[in-house]
Amino acid sequence: MALLYHNNNSISNITSFAQVPAGDMKLLSTATASSSASISFNSTYINSDFKLYKFEWVNTAPSTGADMTVNFSTDNGSNYNVTKTTTLFTTTHYTNDSFTELGYNTGRDLAQSTAELQLQGNIGTQSDMGVSGNLYLFNPSSNTYVKHFLSRNNLAHQTYTTTWFVAGYCNTSTAVNSVRFKYTAGTVNVGTFKLYGIGAN
Amino acid sequence: MALTKLNNKAVANVTSIPVALGDMVLVSSATASSSASIEFSLGNYKEYQFYFVNIHPSVNEASLGINFSTDGGSNYNVTKTTTFFQAYHFENGSATALQYSGSADLAQSTADQRIISGIDDDNDSSASGTLTLYNPSSATYVKHFISLCNTVYPEVPNLCVQQYCAGYGNTVSAINAVRFQMSSGNIDAGTILMYGIN
Repeated sequence: MALLYHNNNSISNITSFAQVPAGDMKLLSTATASSSASISFNSTYINSDFKLYKFEWVNTAPSTGADMTVNFSTDNGSNYNVTKTTTLFTTTHYTNDSFTELGYNTGRDLAQSTAELQLQGNIGTQSDMGVSGNLYLFNPSSNTYVKHFLSRNNLAHQTYTTTWFVAGYCNTSTAVNSVRFKYTAGTVNVGTFKLYGIGAN
Repeated sequence: MALTKLNNKAVANVTSIPVALGDMVLVSSATASSSASIEFSLGNYKEYQFYFVNIHPSVNEASLGINFSTDGGSNYNVTKTTTFFQAYHFENGSATALQYSGSADLAQSTADQRIISGIDDDNDSSASGTLTLYNPSSATYVKHFISLCNTVYPEVPNLCVQQYCAGYGNTVSAINAVRFQMSSGNIDAGTILMYGIN
């Protein structure tokens, strides 16, 4: 058996192991918003290293009332304009229990559009509210298939909570190599965004 | 700082370590190539997470189904009761819907359960998604599962369809194997990853 050399010399300092399974869901990057124009992850992270990627956002809110959006790039962030077709349905419940709803939302889905895709709407600026959720992006480096994505996220509003279920595909066989999150107005005032890689290639 | 002891003596032989490596372990993966089915043997993880990446059928509009075995894969015929609903949107924006799909659910049936219902076979089309299976080794409880997938459905123009399926294997016997196969034809291409979570 060949001798394995680890990345440093002292056992007490070992932080990673060669040839030991490492969990296979790998945290690739974390971005903490602070009045940020947008949060993006480029080809440094979104490439052919993993079969799928999971984005998580925790307690994000805009600087002014706005909708949270995502878009995709095939040129490493020079342009976020990939054609998308999507579906969206939502559930809503008012805090005073006066109203509940489950329904398709026709106003915010996309049909072969390059526009920003809304992941959540009407987000306020109250400091203890905001949005948390996730988005899976499947095989973005493929040169064969469209790029599927699935998102579920929840908004805490002053008067209600709402969950948005967004899914669709980037209708391109060109590799997607950058993803950007932003708001339709103002900045990404707060929030933590994490990117995980799943299924190393 | 307390001394940390590894589980064997030589660094070269270390196969597991008391360092957080993440509790989601890739147990197995399979890449289809005109495959009749993809099967996985299960162990004792509390939860299994499956990822479907670009599942492509050999036959247009075929569906990807799942079934479970309690005898190591000799028979895939566990009784299931399930729900299935979907949201769709035509690429030309002409119609949308959120609907329960009465033809895709099961009521105490041993048949395969569709988890992706209808996949376009164009070269750039496919379907992707996730499925979670809870505590399959239990000898006490029925076996819950939940899936969420997105597919390109073959119409003119294509539909984008978001599909949810959930239900349970109505057995207190341990489920020890899972099979995925198409409703017709084979799994032309695609990868299925299986993670174990404790």
